[in-house]
Amino acid sequence: MIDDDFIASLLKNREYLRKVHYDDCLSLSCAPSRILDLCLLMRDEQTFDLLSDLTAVDHGPQADVRFSVIYHFFSLVHKSYLRVSVDCPDNDTPEIPSVSSIFPGANWHEREVFDMFGICFSGHPNLKRILMWDDYPHFPLRKEFPLAGIEVPLPAADVAEVTGAAVEPAPMMGGPFVSSSSGRISQDEPRAKDESWTEQFEKPS
Amino acid sequence: MISNEVGYNSKVEGEVIVTRADAVINWIRKHSVWPMPMGLACCAIELMAAAASRYDISRFGMEVMRFSPRQSDCMIVAGTVTYKMAEVVRRIYDQMGDPKWVVAMGACASTGGMYRSYAVMQGVDNVIPVDVYVSGCPPRPEALLDAMMKLQDKIGRESSVRNLTGTGRPCTPPASS
Repeated sequence: MIDDDFIASLLKNREYLRKVHYDDCLSLSCAPSRILDLCLLMRDEQTFDLLSDLTAVDHGPQADVRFSVIYHFFSLVHKSYLRVSVDCPDNDTPEIPSVSSIFPGANWHEREVFDMFGICFSGHPNLKRILMWDDYPHFPLRKEFPLAGIEVPLPAADVAEVTGAAVEPAPMMGGPFVSSSSGRISQDEPRAKDESWTEQFEKPS
Repeated sequence: MISNEVGYNSKVEGEVIVTRADAVINWIRKHSVWPMPMGLACCAIELMAAAASRYDISRFGMEVMRFSPRQSDCMIVAGTVTYKMAEVVRRIYDQMGDPKWVVAMGACASTGGMYRSYAVMQGVDNVIPVDVYVSGCPPRPEALLDAMMKLQDKIGRESSVRNLTGTGRPCTPPASS
């Protein structure tokens, strides 16, 4: 039963944990150096033995703590989720311990977070990109990365040489394209919110 | 007297058929197109439907889907081509023997479709030359069959003899502006 007593016993004598208020499920904040202790505690003692998701948040280049890694545990006994957020200590080279030795399923999740956000997981057995190709120089889900992309060479140099193709920014044409949430469905095709400009016609200033 | 008979009349012509080499080569080629199913996304499901009995692509001699590029004539790019996959598509295309054709099936393969994003190539014609583009997201099997019939028409117009002896089709797409 997830109640105040449970939370109080969880937080007692564990100064590295802090409760964060969310409406949907119990949420904790954990110090980055103690995340392995927390995972062992959750798996072996508190029945939260299913790591259902591992992701990250970029709070923007101006934020004091730029990157947080988010863990979602699930307990089949309590039938409840537990969210744990870990703030990465360094904004330029964020790095936290890998939990893949405790939850093997975290392996690919951590690779994806590394691929998209550039957060390193120390102790990971195979920390390399999983979605983008190995030589890709950017981290696409960081706030400063444009949705359309940045021009870089094609992954295969020989194919690029024969075809002249490169990774180019996608034409946004006033996009991204969104559907309005109200109105007739026939009027509801995805459209650019601002149709006053495209790549050919500059945005009126 | 001009005969309107289309078929071969052995009484009139004996055991000999007189025709142009182009005509007979193209006739053979266009009725034995072996597709290479480059299924990359949901368009591949419609491609499978086109091969199934309801739509029956074998009516056009195209039922022999070959998963080896060395045995196929026509690559059907069915789905979203990411930059990471574009290299693979090109390498498989390179392994197909000439003559070869490409059908870009659906919005994604033709233009990138709804994926205006950093990961998706904006049209497979950036890396391989495309013969027929099919609109739709995904196209219905009828649209694919229509495209394959258009491809047959195109094959029928080719100068096959000249291509056999000369330089043949250009293997690189024209430079985009």
